[in-house]
Amino acid sequence: MADIKNSADLSPPSEIIGPLAWLRSNLFASPLNSILTLIGLYIVYALFIPVIDWAFVSADWLGNNKDACSLKGACWVFVIQRLDFFIYGFYPDAEYWRVNIIFVLLALLIMPQMVEKAPYKRFSGWFFLTGFPIIAGVLLLGGILGLEPVSTDKWGGLLLTLVISFVGIIAALPLGVLLALGRRSEMPAIRVICTAFIELWRGVPLISVLFMASVMLPLFLPDGANFNKLLRALIGIVMFQSAYMAEVIRGGLQAIPKGQYEAAASLGLGYWKSMGLIILPQALKLVIPGIVNTFIALFKDTTLVLTIGLFDLLQTVNSAIVDPNWPQVSTEGFVFAGFVFWIFCFSMSRYSIALERKLDTGHKR
Amino acid sequence: MSEDFTSRGVPASKPPPWNDPFIRSMFFQVIAVLLLGYCFYSIFDNTLTNMEKRGITTGFAFLSEEAGFGILMSLIEYDETYSYGRTFFVGLLNTAVVAACGIILATVIGFIIGIARLSNNWLIAKLATIYIEIFRNIPLLLQIIFWQIAVLQTLPGPRQSLRIGDAFFLNNRGVFLPDPNFGKEFIFVISAFLISLIGAYIFKIWAKRTQEKTGRQYPVVYVSLGLMIGLPTIIFFLVGMPLTWEYAKLERFSFSGGANIIPEFISLLWALTMYTAAFIAEIVRSGILAVDHGQTEAARSLGLRNSLTLRLVVIPQALRVIIPPLTSQYLNLTKNSSLATAIGYPDLVSVFMGTTLNQTGQAVEIVAMTMAVYLTFSLFISMFMNWYNKRVSLVER
Repeated sequence: MADIKNSADLSPPSEIIGPLAWLRSNLFASPLNSILTLIGLYIVYALFIPVIDWAFVSADWLGNNKDACSLKGACWVFVIQRLDFFIYGFYPDAEYWRVNIIFVLLALLIMPQMVEKAPYKRFSGWFFLTGFPIIAGVLLLGGILGLEPVSTDKWGGLLLTLVISFVGIIAALPLGVLLALGRRSEMPAIRVICTAFIELWRGVPLISVLFMASVMLPLFLPDGANFNKLLRALIGIVMFQSAYMAEVIRGGLQAIPKGQYEAAASLGLGYWKSMGLIILPQALKLVIPGIVNTFIALFKDTTLVLTIGLFDLLQTVNSAIVDPNWPQVSTEGFVFAGFVFWIFCFSMSRYSIALERKLDTGHKR
Repeated sequence: MSEDFTSRGVPASKPPPWNDPFIRSMFFQVIAVLLLGYCFYSIFDNTLTNMEKRGITTGFAFLSEEAGFGILMSLIEYDETYSYGRTFFVGLLNTAVVAACGIILATVIGFIIGIARLSNNWLIAKLATIYIEIFRNIPLLLQIIFWQIAVLQTLPGPRQSLRIGDAFFLNNRGVFLPDPNFGKEFIFVISAFLISLIGAYIFKIWAKRTQEKTGRQYPVVYVSLGLMIGLPTIIFFLVGMPLTWEYAKLERFSFSGGANIIPEFISLLWALTMYTAAFIAEIVRSGILAVDHGQTEAARSLGLRNSLTLRLVVIPQALRVIIPPLTSQYLNLTKNSSLATAIGYPDLVSVFMGTTLNQTGQAVEIVAMTMAVYLTFSLFISMFMNWYNKRVSLVER
């Protein structure tokens, strides 16, 4: 028997694996594809390289006034110098620590929600929705426990943006649940009222709701009852968002099979018990991604409060760029604000996608 | 031995009135209606007393008073002497024009980007993803203000305009284009176009019937395009080219003549388009992905070419998924055009709910009219959506 000598395995030809093959199949698969790749490369060359050069390579980072800016690239000195204003608005310098505590607490409470099987997840979730708003309210407003009172017209910047979106979501969620239940109720009067409410707010632009809240709300109330501007804006936003939230939750309620309702009824549960114990836990879980998406929309919509004279993040930037002590810095300001909003929205949308994957059990091929 | 249970003396269960479902539901509904009625009554009452105190008369009489303020851009004749009612229509038309342009542009760009994201080409797909993720996650208002303040206002003045030839100029006062002047004979060109439109339609029906009868296919698209472009062009030259262009001319400080598109319009339209296109792209992508792969395979095994597979099998089914969210994006775009207020583009909210309201103080009437406009828009769009859904929804056994 002849010896069979094993020769070393030949590696696959380079047309099948390796960087060359990847290039061929992904970038130059056909003549049309090659042309598209060239167009894409041109876009990268014409758009990305100047932007990177402007934002990083020729940018100025250090310094404390306009002389530090060479004007060849972005003048980030401006953003760094005005960062306090962009974050805290007109909040008194001496009280920044109160806002910082809230930011830290917020981060600490959100983090466990991102991690699977984090300890005390349920507890921190409930605390986030109930205890945290109270603590934050006390710290921000002051006036008790020996804290200096700070009126709401001093709030601004990122702080105000976060306050509005947080209050918006916390208040809109329960209202949205009630409206969604009402819209699916068997009582015609309740159903009509809820449907009319939802369709009314969903049909008009938020800006007109804010106008209405700031111009007409004082007219609606008896003499003497007057809220401050922030509260009026919040009422408008909560009304508006709760209508959108209701539609999201209604989607979840409709997705629950009828058998669940019947099972709850045959156990002898009343309406509220069957909703609270059987239907809503399932329905809400189904629409968590939708709720997060609504929240992203709300977070972006908070910028609209600048039209009624509140200083949110965008408005602080908007008012800082006209400062004559600085050269033309509007682009830097808006890029900074856009980047902050982008970070928040993008991470929330990633979170929502991840949740969707986790909750999607089955039917995936 | 069938016996009725109730007849054996077991009482028919009749709950006490406070546990009777019907009575309970009536009770709650009456309470809800009464509460709501009281709410409305007290709001109405408070508003009346408050307005009386501020000396505002209610009613729509103010609409015929002279407005006395100018508007930056108007599609219909308007100056300070026109009435407040006229400002309503000026604003409404400005909203309509920016929304219509935005819807067309956003649809085109959105479809291109959405398809690009599904491309086999790695680079193109990544670029489309980057576009979507950037524009979707930055507030629209910020984008509008960015284009207006950081881009258009930093453009050079009229003397240093960016230009294409002697016809198109771009500077910090907006875009200047040649203004078309249509001669009297242009009506013939328009009627030729309408006739060719009808002709193309008849040809399409005839071609379809012939195909069903004989199986022969005609190039419907090319023939109709040729008809619709060819006939008006021939007529245009026959009647002696009744179209002249008035070019914008640089005077001492600014341009005169020509058509001017104000920068506010450009930045609003541009931001609305970019923002909505990112959402439309995602809708298009998910619509195409929603078509089952088996459908493509089935079409292939029937022997359809690639382009026919796409046209006859994939796209009609994808549209079924795409159209409903697409219409709600159109509605969003229309509502979002009200952000014009922030940069001073004279749309309905900015002109009517802003300037007119400030001048007259008729808050209730003006807010109600403005909201009614948007509500009508959204009502029509949702009616269309329901109609469309019914038309295209699968008829199952």
